[in-house]
Amino acid sequence: MSVQDYIRERFFPHIWCPGCGHGTVLNNLVRAVETLGLDKNEIVMVSGIGCSSRIAGYLDFHTLHTLHGRALAFATGVKLSRPELNVIVPMGDGDALAIGGNHFIHAARRNINITAIVMNNRIYGMTGGQFSPLSGEATTATTAPFGTIDPDFDTVALATAAGASYVARTTTYHVQEIRKRIAEAIVHPGFAVVEVMSQCPTYFGRKNKQGDAVEMLRRYKEGTVPLDKQPADPEKIPRGVFVQRERPEYCKRYEHLVQAAMTDGAALT
Amino acid sequence: MKPKHPTVICINTDWCKGCGICAAFCPKQVLVMNQRDKAEVVAAENCIACKQCEQRCPDLAIQVIKSPAKEEKEAS
Ligand SMILES: Cc1ncc(C[n+]2csc(CCOP(=O)(O)OP(=O)(O)O)c2C)c(N)n1
Ligand code: SF4
Ligand code: SF4
Ligand code: SF4
Repeated sequence: MSVQDYIRERFFPHIWCPGCGHGTVLNNLVRAVETLGLDKNEIVMVSGIGCSSRIAGYLDFHTLHTLHGRALAFATGVKLSRPELNVIVPMGDGDALAIGGNHFIHAARRNINITAIVMNNRIYGMTGGQFSPLSGEATTATTAPFGTIDPDFDTVALATAAGASYVARTTTYHVQEIRKRIAEAIVHPGFAVVEVMSQCPTYFGRKNKQGDAVEMLRRYKEGTVPLDKQPADPEKIPRGVFVQRERPEYCKRYEHLVQAAMTDGAALT
Repeated sequence: MKPKHPTVICINTDWCKGCGICAAFCPKQVLVMNQRDKAEVVAAENCIACKQCEQRCPDLAIQVIKSPAKEEKEAS
């Protein structure tokens, strides 16, 4: 199958701004699915609200476009009722870690077999450029004309501490990595988080004098390093697979519980 | 000498939004942005079919179709 076979062509050209990194995530997410040879019918994509969340509308999988911050809650319901399906949840940084932060840590704690993709542009794109918990100190935003005083979350550290069993980071410059990391995350039997640093030239770029999309991609290229090379370059942001571990998976444990209750209900009380 | 079956680079100008990413990161300067702010192929013969343009395009507006000879060489 080609990329065109996985998209809803009738909605193209898409709504994203020229040079928006979210389009590059869509592009390579499709390639990851293609690499794995998955059938469109085996995939459920659940998204919330935001520019990033629009991705679900453009892909020809089973798709649910739900509420801002609540995609993982809906996805948990889908996965528990149909554990044989691959559930993928693309989220913006606000969607995942501001309003949706609670769902995020608990999905990680339960280690439910869902693929979470955090499309981190460090800003609220859809609503006009407000700062998010991933903007970082001294970032300028519509709501922080003099720079924010809020420290940022590190998505990788947060997901790891909360219990995610696969955690990776890459950027929209490193497209081969997006494809590989998303494919690994889909196959991983537990809660998998892939943070993709994704440029929003319209708000983050303009407010922070980072130039156009090309310039922002150069920053990703020069400002990040593979994880194993980071000790030599501690100033740069590491990319790679940070966590890949085995932990009991939530749907499996639930299934065992149901079976135990059916065969020997008394022993459980 | 030009290859017999050169790589074909198709640009969908209805979808291209003129961001310039493909042209900026092409290792062989095959692409430029034209006056209408669309990507345009200017040196197809230099294309090494790395597909970086296709994979980085946020608008799915580029498709690189390798020459049959190249596909065969890679497969073997
Ligand atoms: C419950 C609720 N609160 C607030 C909003 C308004 N809202 C829509 S999208 C959004 C944030 C978008 O930012 P992000 O999730 O980072 O995605 P991006 O648009 O940057 O891709 C907000 C606050 C909403 N739709 N619903
Ligand atoms: S506002 Fe930002 S995140 Fe939203 S489509 Fe435009 S560039 Fe992308
Ligand atoms: S990357 Fe895509 S949208 Fe951007 S200029 Fe090239 S073809 Fe057009
Ligand atoms: S395939 Fe590679 S060499 Fe050919 S136009 Fe695209 S980026 Fe340039």
